[in-house]
Amino acid sequence: MSIQVQNIQKAFGSFIALDNLSLDFPAGELVALLGPSGCGKTTLLRVIAGLEQADSGRVLLDGEDASDTHVRERQVGFVFQHYALFRHMTVFDNVAFGLRMKPRGQRPSEAEIKRKVHELLNLVQLDWLADRFPAQLSGGQRQRIALARALAVEPRVLLLDEPFGALDAKVRKELRRWLRRLHDELHITSIFVTHDQEEALEVADRVVLMNHGRVEQIGSPADVYHQPATPFVYGFLGAANRFEGSSSAGGIAVGASTLTGDAQPEHGKVVAFVRPHELDIILQPDASGIPARISRVLTLGALTRVELEGQADVAGQHFDVELHAANPLVAQLAAGQTVRLQPRQVRVFAQPDTAGAA
Amino acid sequence: MSRAATLPRVLPGFGLSLGYTLSYLSLIVLIPLSAVFIRASELPLDAFWHAVTAPRVLASYRLSFGMALLAAAINTVFGLLLAWALVRYRFPGKKLVDALVDLPFALPTAVAGIALTALYAGNGWLGQYLEPLGIKVAFGPLGVLVALVFIGLPFVVRTVQPVLEDMETELEEAATSLGAHRWQTFRHVILPVLQPALMTGFALAFARGVGEYGSVIFIAGNIPMVSEITPLMIISKLEQYDYAGATAIASVMLVASFLLLLAINGLQAWQARRHGRSA
Repeated sequence: MSIQVQNIQKAFGSFIALDNLSLDFPAGELVALLGPSGCGKTTLLRVIAGLEQADSGRVLLDGEDASDTHVRERQVGFVFQHYALFRHMTVFDNVAFGLRMKPRGQRPSEAEIKRKVHELLNLVQLDWLADRFPAQLSGGQRQRIALARALAVEPRVLLLDEPFGALDAKVRKELRRWLRRLHDELHITSIFVTHDQEEALEVADRVVLMNHGRVEQIGSPADVYHQPATPFVYGFLGAANRFEGSSSAGGIAVGASTLTGDAQPEHGKVVAFVRPHELDIILQPDASGIPARISRVLTLGALTRVELEGQADVAGQHFDVELHAANPLVAQLAAGQTVRLQPRQVRVFAQPDTAGAA
Repeated sequence: MSRAATLPRVLPGFGLSLGYTLSYLSLIVLIPLSAVFIRASELPLDAFWHAVTAPRVLASYRLSFGMALLAAAINTVFGLLLAWALVRYRFPGKKLVDALVDLPFALPTAVAGIALTALYAGNGWLGQYLEPLGIKVAFGPLGVLVALVFIGLPFVVRTVQPVLEDMETELEEAATSLGAHRWQTFRHVILPVLQPALMTGFALAFARGVGEYGSVIFIAGNIPMVSEITPLMIISKLEQYDYAGATAIASVMLVASFLLLLAINGLQAWQARRHGRSA
């Protein structure tokens, strides 16, 4: 089922959580709402669920205005960051809850409930835990039960609020893949909120980047990563080196140096971003490029990270460069050395008045 | 227990603290209580039986235990409402209301008794309107109930409040998103979580009600067979220097209260087991 939100406005006191926001979520997709904390992503999810009332604007479910429909009737499955399992009920009773709360006429028989719950528990691969209580489960297991519980009422939409936020890194990665597989099986329209760009890029069909209650960019994971629309998106989706300068004939003038690389032409003052693995270190101190001094060389597994301090015009700025540990250049680098930096790939934005980059 | 004693601890002193606990409990609680039974056992059995089953005494049991149970039940319902309002909503004067809840704790019970009597007596503020309707509160069994409701209120509020504060509103949101109606959410999600605290509050309010003397004695009117509470029967025996008779009644009260509290505790433990140590 498709979801549309139109001109949603929501403020908490003087804080504007959602600023005239409109979005379309096509049916059957798994969409990630990605952004820093306080960007309004959770509020948007809660507005769609009906747990929060927007100040103005409409929520359309399957083309029908659901703005005045109670959560109960919206048929949305909601999964909370902290699971919100009913502690006094067994896993089985938790999953059966939605079915047992149905009005007498629509309520399935106990036998039917039993069959359905076991089917769902099998789906989340936790059938053997049916008689346990939530307190006896691990975090990852609890979240899977919470998901089974939400699916039990056959929701038209699945909304997940930072579903893996409370889990440790390893379990998180496992559950991510598992969620993706589950979505491929069920094809239920799903929206999940996260502040973890890796999670969003790995799991979602489509990523919505949000900042300050607005949408910054919508696109496939590859789109938003490779064609970031705004400096904010560039900065949020990965490590970035930031250079401020102005557009000139030969490239981007940063102080006395010029960045060449694969720069798109812009006019006037610009901000240029370079990913750490797309920045070259040139040992000749008189070559062209940004002057910098190496402050640290760190090798972590297959990658070597070089931390540098800007010199002359860019004094006080920090830069990161990533090299393969096998790169012969690594052996020639030492802290204190002055080098030049030259990007292979630059992404240039006209200088915005908002300094949104990380 | 031997494991607890031998395991290395950050703070030592298991032996000392256990010894202290036991001797202190004996000194403060067990010895006085056993004195009640020892004193009561001085009576021959038929005299004991006569003392504890006199019609006036039986009537006082009914009143004391009946009204204490009823008052605790009323307090459980309204104490829950009060705690709910204090935890869930923000309103002007909330701090004041919160502090007022403790007033029945702090107020000398005799003051409470006089205040309630003045209020509910036939010429009192409330009494003058209630009496023409045929509702006689002061100087009757109903007065006992009013006094016990008054003094028992804080017990329920104060035991339920922290549990309610700990309960995430997400649980209710989860329940509604799964299609539960308000009543279903309350009945199946909120109440089970609050139940242990409610039962503790009920037990405390009840125990306090059974033993209450100061606030009740004034408003009850002390009409034989109608509004005499058991503690009064003990006092009146004492005043007639019938110490053995007084302790006989006291021992009955003690055993009855103990059994009731034991039953409530047992019920709680049974439920905790049923719900897998979740409380």
